[in-house]
Amino acid sequence: MRPFAFKRPAGAEAAVKLVAANKDARFIAGGTNLIDLMKEGIDRPNELVDISRVSLNLIRSLGGNGVSIGALAKNTETANHPLIRKDYPMLSQAILSGASPQIRNMATNGGNLMQRTRCAYFYDLGTPCNKRQPGSGCGAKDGLNRYSAIFGWSDSCVAVHPSDMCVALAALDATVRIRTVAGGERKIIFTAFHRLPGDLPELDNNLSHGEMIVSIDIPKNNFAANSYYLKIRDRSSYAFALVSVAAGLEIDKGVIKQARIALGGVAHKPWRADEAERFLEGKRAEAATFQQAAELALRGAKPLSENGYKVKLTQRAIARALRRAANV
Amino acid sequence: MMQDDLKRQPSRVDGRAKVTGKATYIAEFRFPDLAYGYLVQSTIARGTIRDIDTAEAEKQPGVVKILTHKNAPRLANPQADEDFGEKSRPFFALMTDRVLFSGQPVAVVIADTFEQARYAASLMKVSYAEEKPSTDIRDVMDKGFAAGRPRPVRGTPDEAFAAAEVKVEAEYTIPIEHHNAMEPHATVANWDGDRLTVYDKTQGVTGVRNYLATNFGIDREKITVLSPFVGGAFGASLRPTPNTLLAVMAARETKRPVKIVYSRRQLATAHGYRPASIQKIKIGADKAGKLNSIIHEAVHNTSSHEDFAEDLVGISRTLYACPNVRTDAKITRTDLQTPLWMRAPGTVSGAFALESALDELAYKLKIDPLELRLINYAETDPDTGRPFSSKELRECYRQGAERFGWKNRKPEPRSMRDGRFMVGWGLATGTWGAFLAPSSARVTLKADGTALVESGTTDIGPGTYTTISLIAARQLGLPLEKVTFKLGDSNLPSAPSQGGSITTASVGTAVQECAQIVQKDLMATESKREASPFSGVPFENIEFVDGSARIKGRPETSMTIGEILSRNGLPEVSATHTTRPDFGERAKYATASHGAQFVEVKVDEEIGIVRVTRVVQATAAGRIINPKGAHSQEMGGVVWGIGMALMEHTEIDHRIGRIMNPNLAGYHVPVNADIGAIETIFVPEEDTIVNPLGAKGLGELGLVGIPAGIANAVYHATGIRVRDLPITPDKLAG
Ligand SMILES: Cc1cc2nc3c(=O)[nH]c(=O)nc-3n(C[C@H](O)[C@H](O)[C@H](O)COP(=O)(O)OP(=O)(O)OC[C@H]3O[C@@H](n4cnc5c(N)ncnc54)[C@H](O)[C@@H]3O)c2cc1C
Ligand code: SF4
Repeated sequence: MRPFAFKRPAGAEAAVKLVAANKDARFIAGGTNLIDLMKEGIDRPNELVDISRVSLNLIRSLGGNGVSIGALAKNTETANHPLIRKDYPMLSQAILSGASPQIRNMATNGGNLMQRTRCAYFYDLGTPCNKRQPGSGCGAKDGLNRYSAIFGWSDSCVAVHPSDMCVALAALDATVRIRTVAGGERKIIFTAFHRLPGDLPELDNNLSHGEMIVSIDIPKNNFAANSYYLKIRDRSSYAFALVSVAAGLEIDKGVIKQARIALGGVAHKPWRADEAERFLEGKRAEAATFQQAAELALRGAKPLSENGYKVKLTQRAIARALRRAANV
Repeated sequence: MMQDDLKRQPSRVDGRAKVTGKATYIAEFRFPDLAYGYLVQSTIARGTIRDIDTAEAEKQPGVVKILTHKNAPRLANPQADEDFGEKSRPFFALMTDRVLFSGQPVAVVIADTFEQARYAASLMKVSYAEEKPSTDIRDVMDKGFAAGRPRPVRGTPDEAFAAAEVKVEAEYTIPIEHHNAMEPHATVANWDGDRLTVYDKTQGVTGVRNYLATNFGIDREKITVLSPFVGGAFGASLRPTPNTLLAVMAARETKRPVKIVYSRRQLATAHGYRPASIQKIKIGADKAGKLNSIIHEAVHNTSSHEDFAEDLVGISRTLYACPNVRTDAKITRTDLQTPLWMRAPGTVSGAFALESALDELAYKLKIDPLELRLINYAETDPDTGRPFSSKELRECYRQGAERFGWKNRKPEPRSMRDGRFMVGWGLATGTWGAFLAPSSARVTLKADGTALVESGTTDIGPGTYTTISLIAARQLGLPLEKVTFKLGDSNLPSAPSQGGSITTASVGTAVQECAQIVQKDLMATESKREASPFSGVPFENIEFVDGSARIKGRPETSMTIGEILSRNGLPEVSATHTTRPDFGERAKYATASHGAQFVEVKVDEEIGIVRVTRVVQATAAGRIINPKGAHSQEMGGVVWGIGMALMEHTEIDHRIGRIMNPNLAGYHVPVNADIGAIETIFVPEEDTIVNPLGAKGLGELGLVGIPAGIANAVYHATGIRVRDLPITPDKLAG
């Protein structure tokens, strides 16, 4: 068999050292993604560093400055935590729309950010895939791409990021706190955490090897009353999104003060619809306005051979999510 | 059926073993010194193997042997399984350098552990001379050729259609679908001298035994094939799969028992699938709704090496009274694995086309779809002119419509709403032939008052253990728990493979008749005993109740079976019996089950999401022997139909001829959240012709009308007619 060492260091510091020292080492948290990838022979680490017992599992209030969710808190715990449910219901909805209860019970927040694409070619060693094997070609671009990207793709990769949680975090302007290899800490704003494929489709995000996600911090905002996560999929549960929308509005006397729209299932990273957000600000929260924003959001879309439907479906999903958020 | 009625009915006799993990499935069996085989599958769909480099794999620890086409021993007598017979140029793994489909086994690596075998398999280097594959039915539909004998044309359909007052002409397409049973295909093979024992996931132990005997050139008597529990099969185990032959071969070559289990990813090409089909339908009618013509042309794909054909068009010949009918069935070659029967093969595909087209006609005519079906009700079998042995379809329509509330349906599409949901009500009809096959059984009555019933059938999930036990218990006058039914062993009296919904009728008849023979034997002996109260009493006057025999109306004569046996100095009494269907009387009739399906959908139109909120499934399938099992089967048919209508779809990259969603994350079947309320109704049929039990099959019937019923309901809700399954959100809102 393909042998690997299994280590369970005492703390984050030791874990980072271990992984940093070996390019074929991986952190393992819930294992719900990594083990599948190993079974399929897609990731072949020779060392697993178990961080599931490292105490980065707190979900705590940052006083008046929002909330910090530990990288090793489980998805289930996070979704059901009173602070999240009260102040960031959209995040709860997003997490609970993903995977299955059993998987969410195992899955960690850090692992969720790091989960790899579900592109069918990526998963099939018998086909070309630049992300899995740089330079081998992209099977999906001119092949089966019903699930692929309509924004931000490159000739080398058209995959989408599969997470629901991340779409909500992108909308919520979260920050990812990272423990660096040198032993310090750095922060990346969420929308800059994941990458577009460009010429380096093998890189999903801007985390360096050995760096560990410590927590995800969400600033205080006023979207709780008017937010919604909408996920459209091929069956009612236990399926990845065809498209999804995280929408947050701050509404004052019928007027939108702030708007956040992030899209899932459309790009290599959670896709913020900035232009549509700016368009909404200062306008009345009305269905017609939401429709215009939705159209604006899809203006730059570049569908592939089989995913043209995503343009209209995403528009409709945005309009719906905004109406739901605004209760109109 | 109502929950309360069902609660009183017996539950599965094997249920406890299944939920407590005591039921052993094939991949769990082991022998001492077991070795593990892992398959290497081709990555191209068509071409020739240039070379297989095994060097790296061979060096790995634990590797015992690697079999490829270069070193695999030739089969003594390569022949297809019996059901395929002369139709095929069968595929045998490792017997050729030709690659016929992507995912074809090209090597098997045998090692001490599963992990070692899998790892070594990943190091194999196979090079190919690749040829361009053709796997898209659209590309080859014009190259279709007739499958089987052409069937007679009834009347003058083309002329009648041309002259019809109202016409529908449409094309319907269905993608390849896979069975995706929970249990993977697996074999554990063990040679003991020249005797062979094989645990194999199969729907027919006798068929597998005969297949192995032929191909390896060994006596049938030396082979035992066992398949005690099957974790779902749905047709996928009606043919031996490559694991069976390869495990036996590997065990012989390595002189060790060998286990081969397919991984989920590998399973997509382990066996066949429901073929992709394109169907063209023309229906003509007069303004009053009377059908004057049906023309049904279908083409589905097969492999490049076997002519597999299933009957998509037969339903158009029998479901409605129509004077002018032409059906035309073709198959066309693709570089894929050979298709295989999958629950309600052919008929469910054909019904999707016919029952959708009939719905389209109803709108054109402005006649209620139910009314249209009643106008064209077939009182006798339109294809043969024979009367039906029984057919309570009209009553299915009536009771189903009443339970569903069909009369409240507004006829116009887009006319019913529930908040933001568009509501649609649709219906369809299902039918499935009531077949029979020769079957054998053995029944043994024991001194402790129990009975052992044996037959070499299988139970792939419908509840055969329970149903056959119930039949035996009723005949023998024993409580259910006193009956043990053994199956899944090729040494038992032989029975047909479990497919085509024939098992209850066929094996059940054998068991019922055999049980009666045992009773007669026992009472013949007893009546000769001195001072027996049964002396001179004809068998018809004896009844068997609560484990005792007694003269009817004279409870004081009651003797337990154990008492009778011991008074006659017998340890037990046993008989083996084979039943052969009486085609004399039966052949004068058409025999089939029928059903009507009423479906409610709620469509979230803006985002294209369909929910099947309510289904009433009314079924007429003769006498219902196992009500809980029957209810489950009909519910299961609805669930399957929801999958087929809304999500199931094997995705193939036609550039490389490769299945790209060979796993349960990519191939969607319904989850609990997709299922709304399902009600079943069973309309009783008294049928003394179909078979002595009066029971007809219903395992496949329950699926037949559902996909069409859902598509019809979606049209009623939205005004969008989807003729291309599955009905995914992009087709409604993209
Ligand atoms: C069948 C199935 C369906 C699913 N459906 C959905 C869905 O609909 N929506 C959705 O959003 N998700 C879905 N998921 C994905 C699931 O959410 C992820 O698998 C899960 O979040 C990963 O978390 P984990 O802790 O198990 O990660 P692991 O599998 O342990 O790790 C994944 C990767 O993250 C790295 N990693 C883990 N923690 C850290 C850390 N703290 N710092 C740096 N690197 C780290 C690991 O090295 C590894 O490379 C599904 C998964 C499955 C198996
Ligand atoms: S889209 Fe990306 S992940 Fe998919 S095949 Fe292309 S390179 Fe690989």
